Amino acid sequence: MRSVRLFLWGLVILFAAVFALFALQLSRPKDDLVRSALIGKPVPEFALKPAVGTHPGLSTADLRDGQPKLLNVFASWCVPCAAEAPQLAALEQQGADIVAIAIRDRPEDVSAFLDRYGDPFSRIGADDVSKVQLALGSSGVPETFVVDGQGIIRYQHIGELHDKDVAILLEQLREAGA
Amino acid sequence: MIANFGLAALWLAAALAALQCLAGFAALRGEGQALAGVVRPVAVVQGALCIAAFAALLLAFVWSDLSVALVAQNSHSAKPLIFKLAGAWGNHEGSMLMWVSIMAVAGGLIALVERRLPEPTILATLGAQAFVGLGFYAFLLFSSNPFERLDPAPAQGMGLNPLLQDVGLAFHPPTLYLGYVGLSVAFSFAVGALLTRQVTPEFARVMRPWVLGAWIFLTIGITAGSYWAYYELGWGGWWFWDPVENASLMPWLAGTALLHSASVLASRDALRAWTIVLGVIAFSMSMVGTFLVRSGILTSVHAFAVDPERGTFILALLAIYIGGALALFAVRAGTVAEGERFALMSREGALVVNNVALSAILGIVLLGTLYPLVTEALGFRVSVGPPYFNPVSAVFAIPMLLVLTVGPLLRWRRDRFERVRGPVILIGIVLVAVLAAVAFFYGIGLLPMLGIALAAGIAVASFMPLRGRSLRRLPLPVWGMAISHFGIAVALFGMAADSAFTQERLIAAGVGQATEVGPWQVRLDSVRPVAGPNWTAIEGRLLAQYQGGAVYELTPQARSFWAPAQETNESALLTRWNGQLYAVLGEEAEDGRWQLRVWWKPFVTFIWYGGLLIALGGVLALIGRVTGDLRRRFARRKIAARHVDAMA
Repeated sequence: MRSVRLFLWGLVILFAAVFALFALQLSRPKDDLVRSALIGKPVPEFALKPAVGTHPGLSTADLRDGQPKLLNVFASWCVPCAAEAPQLAALEQQGADIVAIAIRDRPEDVSAFLDRYGDPFSRIGADDVSKVQLALGSSGVPETFVVDGQGIIRYQHIGELHDKDVAILLEQLREAGA
Repeated sequence: MIANFGLAALWLAAALAALQCLAGFAALRGEGQALAGVVRPVAVVQGALCIAAFAALLLAFVWSDLSVALVAQNSHSAKPLIFKLAGAWGNHEGSMLMWVSIMAVAGGLIALVERRLPEPTILATLGAQAFVGLGFYAFLLFSSNPFERLDPAPAQGMGLNPLLQDVGLAFHPPTLYLGYVGLSVAFSFAVGALLTRQVTPEFARVMRPWVLGAWIFLTIGITAGSYWAYYELGWGGWWFWDPVENASLMPWLAGTALLHSASVLASRDALRAWTIVLGVIAFSMSMVGTFLVRSGILTSVHAFAVDPERGTFILALLAIYIGGALALFAVRAGTVAEGERFALMSREGALVVNNVALSAILGIVLLGTLYPLVTEALGFRVSVGPPYFNPVSAVFAIPMLLVLTVGPLLRWRRDRFERVRGPVILIGIVLVAVLAAVAFFYGIGLLPMLGIALAAGIAVASFMPLRGRSLRRLPLPVWGMAISHFGIAVALFGMAADSAFTQERLIAAGVGQATEVGPWQVRLDSVRPVAGPNWTAIEGRLLAQYQGGAVYELTPQARSFWAPAQETNESALLTRWNGQLYAVLGEEAEDGRWQLRVWWKPFVTFIWYGGLLIALGGVLALIGRVTGDLRRRFARRKIAARHVDAMA
């Protein structure tokens, strides 16, 4: 009988702990955007094969060559990715080095996508099962990361790029290079 | 007008609940005896008033009475009638009114029909039921009044969230509420039994049909909710370990454990304390679920009812009821005598394994659901998903399912292995043979492989308890058990097949372009606009050919609702006996190509067939229990009548 009573008081304490947790969370403001936990941290180790014959693949070493870069996560089947093509083109024209990861894609589809919407990318790695995407803390397409020359992630943009984001990303790139 | 009537009925019902609560508890003491007579009638009237209040709200929605704020915010005169009705409970205030109404009606039913337990236990139970009800009345009347008025009334309503304008979803919340609230009855019985120190087999027999009823509704609610998420959200998955899905799963797990432990208490007078604990835990999981959905502290697809003030209110109720009940029990634990003893190798032993495993899985799901809150309190954010839930719960689910194959064959109290050796060997052979065949022919993951083998073993085992018995004279509850267990096998097979064999294709397709997925060839034939009652849509016409044979048509839509303005994807499903082809039409690219996502999901429908079979088993058991009780009552009355005749 003593063990039953002990078990019950254990339950009461557990309940009190859950209650305290709920109360604490209720009293806090809520932020729903899921940021990557890797901002300020190095890019995880990966080496992706080329997504398309015309471009080399992408590995962690490529992101540590001393030059800050934009890392664009996209897919040929993703319509917002096509919508941000002009913004990426503008970034490239203003000197940004843009590398990319194609998610769950096929070479012929990627190639057709680049023909149609323009090709701002210097490298494109193929992430067939979203493994690298998940390791990066990216939860959808498109997303754009700013990575400094040492391979540290500095900034994350979630969703497609709009005109106003071009200046923000250029500023982030400049800071990452400084 | 109708709103005033509803509000008046609600206030009256609340006042009666206060009276029922006071009188019910007062009657437990000597000086309160005089009040004992009022408790049952008051409970019945309280139930009737709640029905009236809820009917008033339904009418306000049917008539589109836009002077009622809730109607104006959630309805629109152009909406089909079924969704006008669903609008009444497809929002926070209305669903809370429904919750209170179901509770009050359940209390009224107990007051009307339940005569088996000692009267003080019933009075205490009704008192507890009213005490829980009072908290929700206060919530409704002071913070979430469904009958609040707008003056002047707006010319048009804002409409119902388009995701909710779906027949499946019209019935999903009420079904779950019936389940949640049914568990409140188990809770009240547990408190009543504890207060009057009457934790007896008779108590378990009285509580069991209520638990069974709640469990049936929860099972149907979860099954329907899973299917809704599957086809309406357009993500192709049937379970996401979303906090709110977990919130409905946890009461089900606790309810399943309670159902089995109540059986042990009813038949063998064992597991007394444990049954009470489960009664409290099952209802506390319902309340935790309600809290998680409505407070918005966790991010989820169900975040439609979010409001921190509501969260605070429900949290306070949670503390009072569950904290109170647990503390009461901890104090009273010494008065619950130890029940009958039994050997490990016995029906009770197997049921204890079932209870421990179900509780462990419950703990795992609870931990995974709350873990993001814990880490957030510590300053970093994580999300917990399938990589945690699947393998960790499998660690307990697999032994539990293995015991499930043998448990129903065992005798109560004590049994010998030799007696069940034959069936056990047969089940073992089926299991191993299927496992070997699957491993040999398909290179699939370990969990799906085990799932398919276990499904085969359970399917065979579920009908073993029927062997050698006259099927015509078999009691309904035994049929119910066999069918429910078979349903588990069917659902398990569906889950394993879906995760092992699903194939997916994602493309931007132009009109006329074809693609392949599994045995299907799918061609985008045309894209055209269509108009519905309160939406317009772009509809894709897909022609799908199965292994070069017959051609089927699928028409997924990208819908735009105009009241309120929102876009949704209506997936198109093509069901064959061996699986479903699932298509979603996405956005259009500038060049006229369309984002198209197609899955072939072998045997995925078995998941929901299985869920329905599990519920059907529950229904049979419930019918068996209730008719058995009625028959006994009838016989007793006959004997009493004969006795009176003899006296005369």
